[in-house]
This record gives sequence, C-alpha cells and structure tokens, in this order.
Amino acid sequence: MSKVPSDLKYTRTHEWLRLLPDGAVEVGITDHAQHALGDLVFVEVPEAGRKVCAGEPFAVIESVKAASDVYSPISGEVLAGNPELASAPETVNSDPYGRGWLARLTPADALPEMLTAAEYEKLAAEEAD
Amino acid sequence: MARRTALFTLHQALGARMVDFGGWDMPLQYGSQIAEHHAVRRAAGVFDVSHMCVVDLKGAAVRPFLQRLFANDVGKLEAPGKALYGCMLNEEAGVVDDLIVYFLGEREFRAVVNAGTRDKDLAWMRRHAESFGVEVIERSDLAMLAVQGPEARRRVADLLSAAGAQRALALGTFFGAQIGDWFVSRTGYTGEDGFEIMLPPGQAEGLWRALNAAGVASCGLGARDTLRLEAGMNLYGSDMDERTNPLESGLAWTVALTPGRAFVGRQALEKASAAGLNRKLVGLVLEDRGVLRAHQRVITAAGAGEVTSGTFSPTLERSIALARVPVAASGTLQVEIRGQLHEARIVKPPFVRRGQPLVG
Repeated sequence: MSKVPSDLKYTRTHEWLRLLPDGAVEVGITDHAQHALGDLVFVEVPEAGRKVCAGEPFAVIESVKAASDVYSPISGEVLAGNPELASAPETVNSDPYGRGWLARLTPADALPEMLTAAEYEKLAAEEAD
Repeated sequence: MARRTALFTLHQALGARMVDFGGWDMPLQYGSQIAEHHAVRRAAGVFDVSHMCVVDLKGAAVRPFLQRLFANDVGKLEAPGKALYGCMLNEEAGVVDDLIVYFLGEREFRAVVNAGTRDKDLAWMRRHAESFGVEVIERSDLAMLAVQGPEARRRVADLLSAAGAQRALALGTFFGAQIGDWFVSRTGYTGEDGFEIMLPPGQAEGLWRALNAAGVASCGLGARDTLRLEAGMNLYGSDMDERTNPLESGLAWTVALTPGRAFVGRQALEKASAAGLNRKLVGLVLEDRGVLRAHQRVITAAGAGEVTSGTFSPTLERSIALARVPVAASGTLQVEIRGQLHEARIVKPPFVRRGQPLVG
C-alpha cells in the first residue's frame, strides 16, 4: 500500500501539494505515481520565473518504461525547480514527498479545491485494482 | 483473456507487476527494473519465457524444408544440438518472424519463434511444410526459463546431477542438449552468457525457486528489453516486421545467399539489394539528457528516419536506441523528443556485451 501523508493536498493526476509557511507551495508526484512509473531515469523540472496555469504540463518525468507529463495543480509562478533531480532522478522514487519534490511556486490566486488524503487514497486504491 | 504461463501464480506470489505482452499476461518487473538489469549483467537473473513458441519439425525432408523456409543456411548445422538464428521471409522479403533453429537429428529440428506471432508463424510453417511431408508440432507442453548472467551457467549446473552438470557446462555457445527432462541450450537475449531451459511445466516453479535460493534474481520483461537493446538485438514488431527486409534491419549476417539455395523471399531480396537499399538500421547514443523512444523522428543530413526501439541504458547510464535511417546517414544526427531536437551519434551495436560497455 502506498503512502499518502494526511497533511498534503492531491490531484486526480497524482500530484501532491504542500503549503509552505511563507505562502508558497511545493509540488511533487505521489508515492502511488512513482511506484506505477517504476525506476525514474530523467526528470525535467520547470525553470524559475515560468508562469503556469492550473492543469498545464510543467514537468516531465521519464522512467525506463515511458515518459509522463506532470501537471501544475495551481496557477502561479515557478520559484524553483528541484536542482537535485537532474543528477539524481531516483530521488523521486525513494522520497517522493520529501527530497523528491519537483517545483516550488507562488500561487496566483486562492488555492483551488483539491483532493484530501482520504479521497486520494480511495482513488489510488481503485486504480490499483 | 490473456494467456498465462505455468508460472503465473508464482509471479503473483513474488509480487510481480503483470502486463499484457503479445496476448500473454507476463511479469514486467518484480521490484526495481534497473536492479534486475544489473543482476543479469553482474551475477545472474531468471526470466519466464514460456510465452515463446517452441515448434518441433519432423520428417525425412526437414532439412530441405528449412532450406526453403529459413533465410539462414541450415547446412551450417552439422553437429547435433547446434543452433542457428535467422528469419523467415515472405515472398516480398519482408520478415515474417525471427527465430532460432536447433538441429536435433536428421529427421528432427526444433524452432523457437516469438509469442506474438505464434499463430501466423505456425500457419506459415504448415503451409510450406505440406509439400515436404514435414510435421509441424507446437510444443505448448513445455515451459521455458532463461537464466542469464556471468554466474548463470554455474547456478543451473549446481541443480543438475554430476553427469548432467558436466554436459551442460560443456555446451558451446549456441548449442543445446536434452539433459534428463530438460532441454538446455547456451543461448539468450541479453548479451550475457547463460542457458535457456525448456522443461515440463510442473518443474518450472521448483527450478525458479531453487534458482532464487541460489541467489539468482527474478527478472521481468522490462529488464529483458533493456538488456536485449544494450546487446543490440532486434525485437520483432518494433525493429523489423513484414514491411522491412533483413538487409535494412541489421540482419544481413543472418541471410545466407549460398548458391543454389532457393529460400522464400530470396528473389525479392536480391532484387532489392541490386536496386540499392534505401534504409539501414543503426545504433544511436543520445548525447544530451533525455530518453529515446520508439517512433521518435530522426533527422539526418541524408533525410529523415525513425527510432524503432529506445530506452535508458542502465549500464551506460544514458539513452540508447535502434533507428532506421537513410543508408547514407553517418556521424551525428538529431532526434525529436517532445518537440525539441537533441543530438545523437550513430554507433555500431552492440552497446554492451558480457558486462562491458562497447561505446563511450
């Protein structure tokens, strides 16, 4: 069973969002997603300053098997992409909610409605069947 | 519903992620696909390849039949147990399938063909076998395991009787022998030494578990694909099919144009060759970061081409591919990955052999 921390918000496309103390947000992919993708070998994170819309593909992760887009859960401006992932993409596999974060953003608007941990857990369990 | 091998419940018990492959429900990976890949390069791994189709060919005229059916020359098979890789071609010289043929005796050969082409291949073989009076017998009563890696032969030999082990370890490359209930051959699809073992399905799980206990890693189709691509081996349906001939698929070495051999497709192949081939299959190494994938567009100074198989190479830690390009292409070229052009370099496969990188 994959881990779903209760203090994060989730999307139906398997991203998570963490609200940081300064009002910025951190985004990554879920444990369920990294497990489904398998060993990651390449991660392309967005550059600082890029403006993104909610639902827009803003990062690419490639496993041995396939390439997948990662969608921004919110509209806003990218503060930073995770610089560690260029040389260590496997960090997303080993620590998806921690050192494997993909990007930090400043939200343009109030945060949209997102899935709670319980709701996401249900979605992930249904997909795993 | 997808077909299952004799090891299906074992794969599930081992926690494999299953995928459909050529109509079969097969293990993609048990844990980390890259760890499975390294296990084969560095020690040993075991694969379920029971989905592949074993066909026994029997009759007094089996050798002339294979001279007609097979683009390689079974005249090279003189020693019992010797195996030969090659293609069956259609009349237009397109590849019907690639296969291994074993010489078991003057009246009996054995072929191993791909899972996804089973029905087509059997029909093709039967159609040509009739006039030779050759029986085409599908051996769906056999399971098949591939045990591959520098330690693989030793690990298998340890499970045989002393006499059996001696015979197995004495097998030369591309030779097979019936050892008790098992047909053991020194063949594979990984670029490493090892055995492929055909055996009664009831013995497959016991063998698998004994190999696991001896430190041999369970490996899925994911690792099988990265290993074969590093080894520069074609995958039927991706790197060649009925629309490509062997000369434009990197398989000229498997076509024997010995005088007097009238194999199916020879005329068309010689005609195409005389007219000049337009395309060739080459290896690519990506110079940039990113991953080459099948169907990406390739741009060369000599015209456009296409990636036929691509992946991340765990051994080289960069992306590699096979690509079909204009015959005049050389040096470096560009590959379009998600709308952006990336530089790649043409190399001669294999990329890795016996654990050693062959390209920089």
